[in-house]
Amino acid sequence: MFRSARAPSMSPRTASARAIAETGAGQHGVASATACAYLDLECTVYMGEVDTERQALNVARMRMLGAEVVSVTSGSRTLKDAINEALRDWVASVDHTSYLFGTAAGPHPFPSMVRDLTRGIGDEARAQCLELTGSLPDAAVACVGGGSNAIGLFTAFVEDADVRLLGVEAGGNGVETGRHAAPITQGDVGVLHGARSYLLQDEDGQTQESHSISAGLDYPGVGPEHSYLAETGRAQYVPATDAEAMSAFDLLCKTEGIIPAIESAHALAGAVGLAKELGPDATILVNLSGRGDKDVHTAAEYFGLLDGPVVLEGGGDAGPRPADVQRAVEE
Amino acid sequence: MSAIDELFARTRAEGRAALVGYLPAGFPDQETSIAALTAMVEAGVDLLEIGLPYSDPVMDGPAIQAAADQALAGGTRTKDVIEVVRAVASTGAPTVIMTYWNPVERYGVDRFAADLAEAGGAGLITPDLIPDEAAEWDAASRAHELDRVFLVSPSSTDARLDMTAKASSGFIYATAVMGVTGTREQTSSLAPELVARLRAVTDKPIGVGLGVSNGEQAREIAEFADAVIVGSAFVRRMLESETAAAGVESVRELAQELRRGVERS
Repeated sequence: MFRSARAPSMSPRTASARAIAETGAGQHGVASATACAYLDLECTVYMGEVDTERQALNVARMRMLGAEVVSVTSGSRTLKDAINEALRDWVASVDHTSYLFGTAAGPHPFPSMVRDLTRGIGDEARAQCLELTGSLPDAAVACVGGGSNAIGLFTAFVEDADVRLLGVEAGGNGVETGRHAAPITQGDVGVLHGARSYLLQDEDGQTQESHSISAGLDYPGVGPEHSYLAETGRAQYVPATDAEAMSAFDLLCKTEGIIPAIESAHALAGAVGLAKELGPDATILVNLSGRGDKDVHTAAEYFGLLDGPVVLEGGGDAGPRPADVQRAVEE
Repeated sequence: MSAIDELFARTRAEGRAALVGYLPAGFPDQETSIAALTAMVEAGVDLLEIGLPYSDPVMDGPAIQAAADQALAGGTRTKDVIEVVRAVASTGAPTVIMTYWNPVERYGVDRFAADLAEAGGAGLITPDLIPDEAAEWDAASRAHELDRVFLVSPSSTDARLDMTAKASSGFIYATAVMGVTGTREQTSSLAPELVARLRAVTDKPIGVGLGVSNGEQAREIAEFADAVIVGSAFVRRMLESETAAAGVESVRELAQELRRGVERS
């Protein structure tokens, strides 16, 4: 994501003293804060209050990097509301501030800018796949909230008609419960944040709150290019529930020793389903878009690892700290 | 000639600016919003701007967000907003609905225009609809003889001012500052320049809004604009009142003060 954050702040047209960003899981906020520290820019990151709590580690990282993190308390207090606040800031500060949009949504030209800045991931993955296996993958899989990592991956393969593209939305408690973040699967067309795309909305066009265990996918809209790829049939979109994503999270931890971001665990859950369909000889490329350090607390709570006695060296502490929990998980 | 055209012909003849007052429908409840809008007209508001409460009002600051949340929590629906228009039609003041685009699209653009016209409404102010994307609304508003109020800001280029002025009818909404709605201590130095740039490309009436909260500020803006638009200050009067009745009276007092301002007296 550093690619995404760095380029606009370096572009001569937007030579600014300040940059703002919104963030859900905090990954884009950390990337933006990093770029701003490197380039000596003032940085403000908007983050829903709910997300500042469940992604506290990234809040700390942003602050260490010198960014101001604004906890947004309006609306659903998640990514949608962080975007609202960033837009409100930007209309008042546009003459000296760059808005580093964190996902492939929002008004034009943000969706195409974000796509073009993240497609390096897809281009590199495509080249590496050819080098390692001698052929293109049978399928490329990515999680979709706003859809930045997915559009970066898919763009490299859109012209390769034989490569299936699978986007995995956040199914939350299950799309049938109404508590999810899967607008392509279960929403309909509307206008939010300056783009027409699939959207979770009520019959009056009021945006409905989304629900996901993953802060980065907890958004009721989706980037418009994903809606286009869904409508043309070039890409398919399926939901993975919180439980399916956490099962895939556990699987990757235990089999590969990699702790994925909970966002990316949704892609893994989609890949597990796809693998059953395609069989053992298929090559499936999964975009592991984020690391799970930031999610260790959420995962430890989910798996009940905080309930048991976590014995800390030295003892007598008030409770498990993230590092201790991580050790407990690894053990 | 639309009701809004007639209004501006009259206020121009009287040598004053028109006063536009905003409150969201259903805030703090349906009945009180009708009473407050009626009081505004009785106290001298010339044109009512009725807000359609929306979940994601990105052009609005904290006061109007809070009001919209309260109206939505109280169960205000799109059809209720049209009923508020109908209820205040008897005041004789033209009414426009200020609405973000998705609720209109969801209701059906032509159906919305037809129902608004039938209820006695005069048009729409559309903060997140740019003329470039407004073909459907342009057709529906013409079919039902409604006015189309688009927005310009100090950052709009001359070419966009020209294009937006051509697409607008009734009046053009010029934002006095770069920013969201909300009361401000001082009026903006950007507003006179923006209005002057607009005057160079259009003779349509120009309303100036964002940040106007008292009679003195209204008087300053009335010096160069055709209409003074006040929203958050009315909302704050209501939010800060102990009872609905006190809120309505507080709104009435502010309207009287603002009216003295726009009369440049």
